Amino acid sequence: MHNLTPLSGLLGGALIGLATAGLMLLTGRIAGVSGIFGGLLAWQPGDRAWRLAFVAGLTTAPLIAALAGAPLPRPAMSANLVLVAVGGLLVGFGSRMGSGCTSGHGVCGFARLSLRSIGATLIFIGTAVVTVAVVRHGFGG
Amino acid sequence: MPLLLACFGCGLMFGTGLLISGMTLPEKVLGFLDIFGAWDATLAFVMAGAVAVAAAGFALARRRGTPVLAPGHLWPARSDIDTPLVAGAALFGVGWGLVGICPGPALVNLAGLSLPIVVFVVAMALGMAGFGLLPTRSASSGTANSVIASRADG
Repeated sequence: MHNLTPLSGLLGGALIGLATAGLMLLTGRIAGVSGIFGGLLAWQPGDRAWRLAFVAGLTTAPLIAALAGAPLPRPAMSANLVLVAVGGLLVGFGSRMGSGCTSGHGVCGFARLSLRSIGATLIFIGTAVVTVAVVRHGFGG
Repeated sequence: MPLLLACFGCGLMFGTGLLISGMTLPEKVLGFLDIFGAWDATLAFVMAGAVAVAAAGFALARRRGTPVLAPGHLWPARSDIDTPLVAGAALFGVGWGLVGICPGPALVNLAGLSLPIVVFVVAMALGMAGFGLLPTRSASSGTANSVIASRADG
């Protein structure tokens, strides 16, 4: 547990929740990032501008933090770009097939007490835990 | 225009929350998923904070009845647990566990334009577009097509 950062976690989480609540109270929309971003890629004219605005907000956050002196986010990741690409494909395809990701099912779904979303969240946390166990510890491999 | 500003502002706040919480860092996310290693419970605190505030906001939204800038709330319409939900969530989890990045943090990290993040976002977009090309979409739930994408779970 030596890496635990509970206070920044709670504070950041509360901001995520506030943004989620704000989007519903102001625009009536669910803050599910895979749904919002995925809709940009679908052929649905007239429904794109608000999605683009939300995504632009996400990507602008670190730019504003950079104005305050924070470094731009360049997180340490696997050097295996094939693995990164496979992960991206699975995240993209899976989130659309399962109609949601950590934000739409995880945050919004739990906040609505939706059994469908809670089920999806337990499933993707489960397969993610198994994947990490196999990759890092070689269980069942 | 107020609608777009609201969406931009909420995206900005969402992204700031992800940055502060550490959830844009794959090592924090993988640390949570690695229950057999040096487990990092931070993600649970992020979820707890986010869900608590979002639930209060959603309760307020239901009481108010109408959003400030739109005619109605697009609450997700479905409550069933079907095969695409289970299979999609399972695939999503494998990808998430492989890299430690999901769609929100990917788009926040895009600002740094590091090669792995660009590769991830392009692959994620291809995966999403690829699902959209499948002939047997599971999106039909009896509601009007024009709002389906907005009424999806997430």
